[in-house]
Amino acid sequence: MATDVATTTLGIDHRKLGMWTFLGSEFLFFGAFVSAYLLYLDTTAGGPGVEIFDIPFTSISSFVLLMSSLTMVLAHHAHTKGDLRRMRLWILATAGQGAVFLGGQVFEFNVFFREGLELSTSPFATSFYILTGFHGLHVFVGILLLGSLYVLSLTGKIKANQDVKTEMIGLYWHFVDIIWVVIFTVVYLIPEIAVLD
Amino acid sequence: MSSTQTPEQQADQGHDNHPTPRQYVNIALVLAVLTALEVSTYFFEFGAIAIPLLVVLMVVKFLYVAGWFMHLKFDSPIYSRLMYTGLAFALVLYAVMAVVTLFDHAPMI
Repeated sequence: MATDVATTTLGIDHRKLGMWTFLGSEFLFFGAFVSAYLLYLDTTAGGPGVEIFDIPFTSISSFVLLMSSLTMVLAHHAHTKGDLRRMRLWILATAGQGAVFLGGQVFEFNVFFREGLELSTSPFATSFYILTGFHGLHVFVGILLLGSLYVLSLTGKIKANQDVKTEMIGLYWHFVDIIWVVIFTVVYLIPEIAVLD
Repeated sequence: MSSTQTPEQQADQGHDNHPTPRQYVNIALVLAVLTALEVSTYFFEFGAIAIPLLVVLMVVKFLYVAGWFMHLKFDSPIYSRLMYTGLAFALVLYAVMAVVTLFDHAPMI
C-alpha cells in the first residue's frame, strides 16, 4: 500500500536511496575483484594467460548486454505510462538478452576450462573466474528479478502506478551492465592489446 | 512539494523530465558506435593511443549509461554522490593494493 511507504528526511524515495546505497557498495565489491585481477595479471604460473580470450566472441555478448539496458529502460518508460503489456514485453526482451549473455559466459568458461585455465591454475585464473563469475551471478539474479517482475505484473500484484518497482530492478540491471562496460575494457581489451603490442 | 504526496506520486512527477523512447534509442546507438570503436582497437593498429582511447571510451560509455539509463542526469544529486563514493573507494582500494604489491616486490637492500 502506497501510504506505508515513507519518504526520507531528504525528501526522496527511501527505496531508491536504499538501492543506490546498495549499488554504491557494489562498486566497492567489484572494485576489489578488478584490483585483484589487475595485480595478478602476470601471475599465470605457466598456465594460459590473456591470450586465451576470444575478443570477437566476448564483443558480441558485451553488445547484447549493453542493448539489454535499452530494453530495460524502455520497460520502465512503458510502466511510467501505465502500459503494463508493453512493459512485460520489454522485460521479457531484457531477460532474454541476459540469458544470451549468461549462455555465452558458460560457453566461454567451458572453452577456457578445456584449454587448461582452471580455477586453481594460477592467481590470474582464480581472479579472472571470481570476477567474471560473480558478475555472471549478478546477471542471473537480475534475470530472476525480471522474471518475478513479469509474473507479479501478470497476476496483478504490481499495478500500473507502481513503476518505482520496475525502476528499482532497472537500476540493478543497468548496474550489472555498467560493471561489464568496465570489465570488458579492463579485463579483456586492454590486457589483450598490451600482449599483442 | 506537498507533504501529503506518497513517494510513488513524487516519483511519477520526477518522470516528467525523463527522456523519451526516441532519446533512449539514440543513446543506445551512440553506445553501439562507441563499442564498435572499442572492438576496432583489437583488429586495427592504434599504436600508443589504443589504451588511453579505450579508457576514455569506457568512461564515456559508463557516464552515458549512468546518466541516461540510470537517470542520474535527471534525479537527485544524492544518488550520484552515493555512486561516486563507491567508485572512489574502489579506486583507493586499487591504489593501496598496488602500492603494497610494489613494496612486496621491491628488492631487499
